[in-house]
Amino acid sequence: MVKQEFPVPVITEHLQVPRVQPDAMAETKPFVAKAEFQEALGFPGELVDNWQSVALDKMSELLGKYRALPVFLDACVKCGACTDKCHYYLGTGDPKNMPVARQDLMRNVYRRYFTFAGRYFPKLVGAQDLTESVLEDWYRYYHQCSECRRCSVYCPFGIDTAEITMAGREILASVGLGQKYANEILGKVHKIGNNLGLPEPALADTLTGLEEEVEEDIGVKVRFPLDEAGADVLLVTPSADFFAEPHVDGLIGYAKVFHQAGIRWTLSSYASEAANFGIFIGNYDQMQKVAERIRQAALDLGVRRIVIGECGHAWRVAYSYWNTLIGPFDFLDTDYPAPQHMCELTYDLIQRGALTLDPAANDKKIVTFHDSCNVSRGSRMGSTPGGQFTLPRGIIQAVCNHFVDMAPETTHEQTFCCGGGGGLLTDDLLELRVKGALPRVTALKQVVDNHGVTHMAAICAICKSQFSRVLPIYGFDMDMIVSVHQLVGDALVFDSAH
Amino acid sequence: MILTAIFAIGLYLAVLVLVVGTAFRLVHYARIPVPLVIPTTPAPVTRIGVVARLLREVVFFESLFKGSKWTWLFGWIFHFAMLVVLLEHLRYVSEPVWGWIVAIQWIGLYAGIAMCLGLVGLAVRRVVVDRIRYISAPSDHLMLLLLIGIGASGVGMKVFWHTDIVALKAFVIGLIRFDWQPLPGDPVLLVHLSLVIFLMLIFPFSKLLHAPAVFFSPTLNMVDTPREHRHVSGWGETRTSHRKVVSQEPKPRG
Repeated sequence: MVKQEFPVPVITEHLQVPRVQPDAMAETKPFVAKAEFQEALGFPGELVDNWQSVALDKMSELLGKYRALPVFLDACVKCGACTDKCHYYLGTGDPKNMPVARQDLMRNVYRRYFTFAGRYFPKLVGAQDLTESVLEDWYRYYHQCSECRRCSVYCPFGIDTAEITMAGREILASVGLGQKYANEILGKVHKIGNNLGLPEPALADTLTGLEEEVEEDIGVKVRFPLDEAGADVLLVTPSADFFAEPHVDGLIGYAKVFHQAGIRWTLSSYASEAANFGIFIGNYDQMQKVAERIRQAALDLGVRRIVIGECGHAWRVAYSYWNTLIGPFDFLDTDYPAPQHMCELTYDLIQRGALTLDPAANDKKIVTFHDSCNVSRGSRMGSTPGGQFTLPRGIIQAVCNHFVDMAPETTHEQTFCCGGGGGLLTDDLLELRVKGALPRVTALKQVVDNHGVTHMAAICAICKSQFSRVLPIYGFDMDMIVSVHQLVGDALVFDSAH
Repeated sequence: MILTAIFAIGLYLAVLVLVVGTAFRLVHYARIPVPLVIPTTPAPVTRIGVVARLLREVVFFESLFKGSKWTWLFGWIFHFAMLVVLLEHLRYVSEPVWGWIVAIQWIGLYAGIAMCLGLVGLAVRRVVVDRIRYISAPSDHLMLLLLIGIGASGVGMKVFWHTDIVALKAFVIGLIRFDWQPLPGDPVLLVHLSLVIFLMLIFPFSKLLHAPAVFFSPTLNMVDTPREHRHVSGWGETRTSHRKVVSQEPKPRG
């Protein structure tokens, strides 16, 4: 076990709901973005002098722009159904990590300045002035939410704390308190085209290296094309897929699928990033600007389909928002939904018998599947509701003989966040990430103990990075976490005549 | 006569505030755009499916059932007992009384008791469970006490302190016909009516608004077809209108 500066939670047989421990995570907050990164995105460089009026003006603006915001702030009856649903509350016991309490940080201010009851009877309804300590709480606790939407599943009014968190971060950024990790990444996408700041020559090198590696491994020249105009498919994948482990094995998997199916595909150096941190900071303009690069790349390369690699929030943005942000996609092949998820493409090929698979290749693995939050609760795959659950499982079961699901209250739409989503995958929040992973690793330990599970597959770059980091802290093997398309790639049988 | 006038005016005012205030709020919601498609998935892919989803929410409290069995139990009992009680009260406004209202009169007392029990369950939970106590403002406790007061005074009149319901009905019908009739002066009735007036007055300005607001919740009322239908709404539309021009350019093919 890796030594940590903070106590690592103990995994119990069943997940315990902790007692309320006020301020348990009051010391935890991410680094504030430096002026140059704030200003590059059009936000003030540092906390503005009249921050209170700027914040309230912004709040007023957002209340008029997003119907969800006033409806969610008005409708909550404080029933408490969400209070034990957030992985960060379950892992930390800090009451401000209960979804309703996180919303209340904004709701109390909303009531004070925007409602009759709060203006005239603040104490009665818990309304609060927007003081410096409230602003600090916003910065802390709106960066202890991974925008995973699990709470919204249990809310009788569908109140989605993610929407409140996004508004909170938007207001914070507008007064000069952006988050370092997210805003620096957005800067890199605008400048270079991906979150990692990987320029075209480096990307080309990486892909050539992968071609050689795969050829050495299986004796087949599987191509990793870059900027090839006239390809059928533009693949847009999270940039972590280009070099991080275990992500890169997923990329190899996609390439093998395209190769065997005979689909001409390409990556783009201009749009070499599926992730869109615009959603995390709740900023429509940023989200649109990041998405715009992909539309442009698709037009420039003249592709007929756009396919998204394994990335949770990228798929939510692509599936739910792209048509609004950068649509319509009438320049693409109308036979395929736009955009398509890599799992939809692979599943379709498997159904049509277009792939030669030998699931025995994965016989040493007993696999479980981690549903990623944005895919599960913010998107769909295929044509029927719930396809986002059945398609990835269908793929895994086609390429693995041993598959076990985790407890039902921790999968499908009730899945737990990995603990690192929503723009929190940064080392300055490591304590939060470790504690937030507790519900998931508790469910994982159950299937490890009871069914001998050896691997957990995922379809999200953030989940993969997060688990690689926190699984060893909980005493699991770091290599437990794999890409779904790594399993596919390993099971694909290539004709030696190639 | 002064008593009759006070309550007559109070009830007119309360109905006015309830109807106009709530309508105002809902029109306000309706005019705010929903720029992006945000149903909590898996979500229905048809309009009919969305109607069914909302019906399951408001009739069975489906999500709450998933979330907390105790809160669901107390909450569901309270709401549906209250519905029955409200329907039973229609006998004061219908003349002659509609047959089906006559038919449900016998449940009224039991529904009133069930309503109070549900409310007491919710109130106890709000105090006993540390998480729910933490999120409760004074108004959250008082709201439950207000409803318990209304329910208990109503049940009390049925069982112990009977009031002259013939005269009461004449008073209510008189209000509707703008031909005021004297209100019986029984203290429990006056308490009951005062609390109801207060409840109606605060409805549009409090969390009681959750009842109509649930239908405006984008996570519940949106159809999950963002790929099939391009969603544009309000300011989102003006921002992306240039698309129409871009998409008319010749289709590039390699």
